[in-house]
Order: sequence, then C-alpha cells, then structure tokens
Amino acid sequence: MDEQPKIAIPSMVVGDAKKFRPGRGTFEKNGKIYSTRLGLISKQANFINIIPLSGVYDPVPGDTIIGVIEDISPTNWLVDINAPYPAILHVNEVPWHVELGETSKYLKYADAILAKILLVDETKKILLTMRERGLHKLNGGQIIKIQPIKVPRVIGKKGTMISLIKKYTGCRIIVGQNGRIWIDGNTKGVEKATRAIRKIEAEAHTKGLTVRIEKLLKSRS
Amino acid sequence: MGMKKPEDVVLFKNNRRIDGRKLDELRPIKIEAGVLYRADGSAYVEWGGNKILAAVYGPREALPKHIQDPRKAIVNARYNMAAFSVEDRKRPGPDRRSIEISKVVSEALERVILTEQFPRATIDVNIEVLDADAGTRCAGLTAAGVALADAGIPMRDIPVACAAGKVEGKVILDLCKEEDNYGEADMPVAIAPLTDEILLLQMDGHLTYEEFEKALNLAIKGCHIVSEMQKKALLKKYEKVLEVE
Repeated sequence: MDEQPKIAIPSMVVGDAKKFRPGRGTFEKNGKIYSTRLGLISKQANFINIIPLSGVYDPVPGDTIIGVIEDISPTNWLVDINAPYPAILHVNEVPWHVELGETSKYLKYADAILAKILLVDETKKILLTMRERGLHKLNGGQIIKIQPIKVPRVIGKKGTMISLIKKYTGCRIIVGQNGRIWIDGNTKGVEKATRAIRKIEAEAHTKGLTVRIEKLLKSRS
Repeated sequence: MGMKKPEDVVLFKNNRRIDGRKLDELRPIKIEAGVLYRADGSAYVEWGGNKILAAVYGPREALPKHIQDPRKAIVNARYNMAAFSVEDRKRPGPDRRSIEISKVVSEALERVILTEQFPRATIDVNIEVLDADAGTRCAGLTAAGVALADAGIPMRDIPVACAAGKVEGKVILDLCKEEDNYGEADMPVAIAPLTDEILLLQMDGHLTYEEFEKALNLAIKGCHIVSEMQKKALLKKYEKVLEVE
C-alpha cells in the first residue's frame, strides 16, 4: 500500500458512492459510503473494503484451520473451529474409509484436526474437508489460542516470522487461520515458542517486531 | 423523583446548578475503549460520578439451542449494579429495575447491530455499574456502544444515550443525583447519531408537551456531544496500529 491507510469506525464516512462501490464491511446511504465496523480502509479496484482490526474468526472457504472434535454421530463429526458456529466434517471428507457407525474409531471427542473449510453457506452452515495433501489428525503437541486477526502477524510476510520461530526452537508449528496454533517439540522449545507467539500477539502492530522476536529467541533462558 | 427535598438543598443558584453546571451542560465524561483482555470488546466510562464497565462477548453460538433465531443474532444485554455502587448496599442479583433496563438496552442495541449477518448466534453485552450517580442506563448504553465497536461487531451506527429532565420548573440536561431525586422529571434518550433515530425513550415524572419537546431536543444535542467522545476514544485506541502498516 503506497498511501497511508486510515482507521474506520462504525458510521464513519469512508468514501463517495459516485466514485467507489461499497465492499465488505460498508454500506451505502444518500450517496455516501459508511463503515459498519472497526478496521482499516482499503481501496481495491473501485471497491472500498474495511479490513477488520478486531472480532471473532469469520470462516472463509479455503482457510486451513485447527478444529477440535465436539460431537460424534454415525456419519459425521461436529467440529469446534473457534467461530460462532460449529462445523460439520462428513465421513466422505476424511482420508480414511469409515464404515457406518465407526466414526468414533477414527476421531474421538477432543481430538484435534488440521482441516480445510470446504463451504460456508448463507445460513452459516460450515463444511470441512480433510481430503487434501497435508491435512491430518494432530497427534501430541499442544494448542494455544491467539486473536484470529493477529494470525497474519504470527506467520509474517511470506512466512518469515513463523520459520524464524521454527528455526530457533526446533518445534513443529502449525498455524490455523482460526487463531489456534499447534506446537510440538521438546518442553523448552515449546515454552520458548509460546513466549514468542504471545509477544507477537501483544505487540502485533509495532515496528521492528521481527528483530525483537529474533533477539528473544536467541537469548538463552 | 418523588423524594421530598430537605430544606438545606439548593438546586439552583444564580442560574447555576447544584454542581455548578449551566442548564444545558453535561457532566465531565471520560471514555476508554478496550480495557479488558478476555472480552472480545470492552469499554470503561466515567460520567460524572458514574463508573461503568461494559464487556462484549461474541457473536458466539447461542445455547441452549431453542433460543437460537435462524434468521438473526440475539442481542443479550445484561445490566447489573454492584452491591457497593450505591449508598445503601444494593442486594446483589437481578431485580425488577435491572431486568427492565437490560431489556430496553438490548432492544436499543439490536436496532443498530447488523444481526442478520450472524444467524443462530448471540451477542452478549455485560454492563456493570461500579459506581452509580444518576443516569446509569445512559452511561451504560454509551459504554456498550463503544464496547460493541471495539469487539468488531458490524453496526449501522454507534448508539449513544443522554438524559434530560425537569427540575424546579426548568428543563435541564444530564441530571445529577440530587436533581434526579428532588426533580420533577427524568427522561433518558438513546439515539443513532447518524440519523437521529430514537432507540430508547423513557420518562419518569411529568412534563407538558412543550417541555417534552424541549427536553427531547436537549437530550439529542447532548447525545451528539457524547457521540464525538465515543469516536475519539475508539480512534485513540486504534491509531497506534497505523504506525507500522
């Protein structure tokens, strides 16, 4: 972005309806475009969108997320994905061949999975899939939660931040778009990675964060 | 309202009120956004002697399932007064008054939130009165408006409230405790400042039609002043984000 983005708050005028069209997080009234939520104003093509700065996870098809099994039925699992709605994982969408009624043999209550969002319809019914490369059940490790809007910061530009943490702690880390992060490794590494991620979350919007995180990771304790 | 004024209380002196304000002057107001870590959004408001904390949770799954609305989100505000918020200890828990305020505030907030974007979900707003000094529902609703915006909940407008009333025959803005106790009328008003749509309007006491119109206009004027403070508080919390982006 070459021009300095501006903060929008609900009911703030963010543009002229003659020049732009109302995009995500906006509405049009009397020839003006107003914001509906707190966020950064972004102009893309001739649309004005609001990039949220706070809020709960909003599932989008294609997102890779970390889910936790909440309920089991003969043909599907109900998965908590940290959104306002539970998601459905059908037996046809898992990499195993599951006989009817044998769902609990594969995924049990409180098991964690890495899955992708297949579909979100207008009634907010969410379907998940695990039939893709790299999607699997998460064995061992631990999960920490951060604010979903801070996920891009933890990953960094082109994954620089997360690979930095992986490099210095020797942990296996998976970041879900829904704000859940799975970490596995030795106790010391996990502890250090957690501390680094917490620091990123707290200082998400400050300059020179990568440098400070590297310093933290290099230090002994 | 309804209390008999003791002889030694003077509500007006040289056209100034008991606390030195002019007839159309607000009490000092301080608003802070995002004060709680675990809530999705929060706000703290000091309005004269009122100290109010508002926390927003959600949108999240509405449970038990039968309360869900398949077409829109439920807005569930809960107004609560702390036991130590008034002079005599307030018996904790919901009473007739706080149930009423919870209901009217919920309905006022529901008018501005884009509830249809979150079917089957609930948005919970907790309004906690730590210190009460007349006009807590207005201050509470104002705090709730900031907390909702801080939680990133899509809204048509940031709701804001302010009271007007009548004391010793004069229509005044934003009643303080003595004025509320010994005055003739108290009228809290909540609006959506963009359109001046009325979200909440209650009245305790008696006003003539002319006085009512005067009080309503005065309250709306007050709402607009408070609205600017709400926006300033939100921008203040988030402007530091700009430093990096």
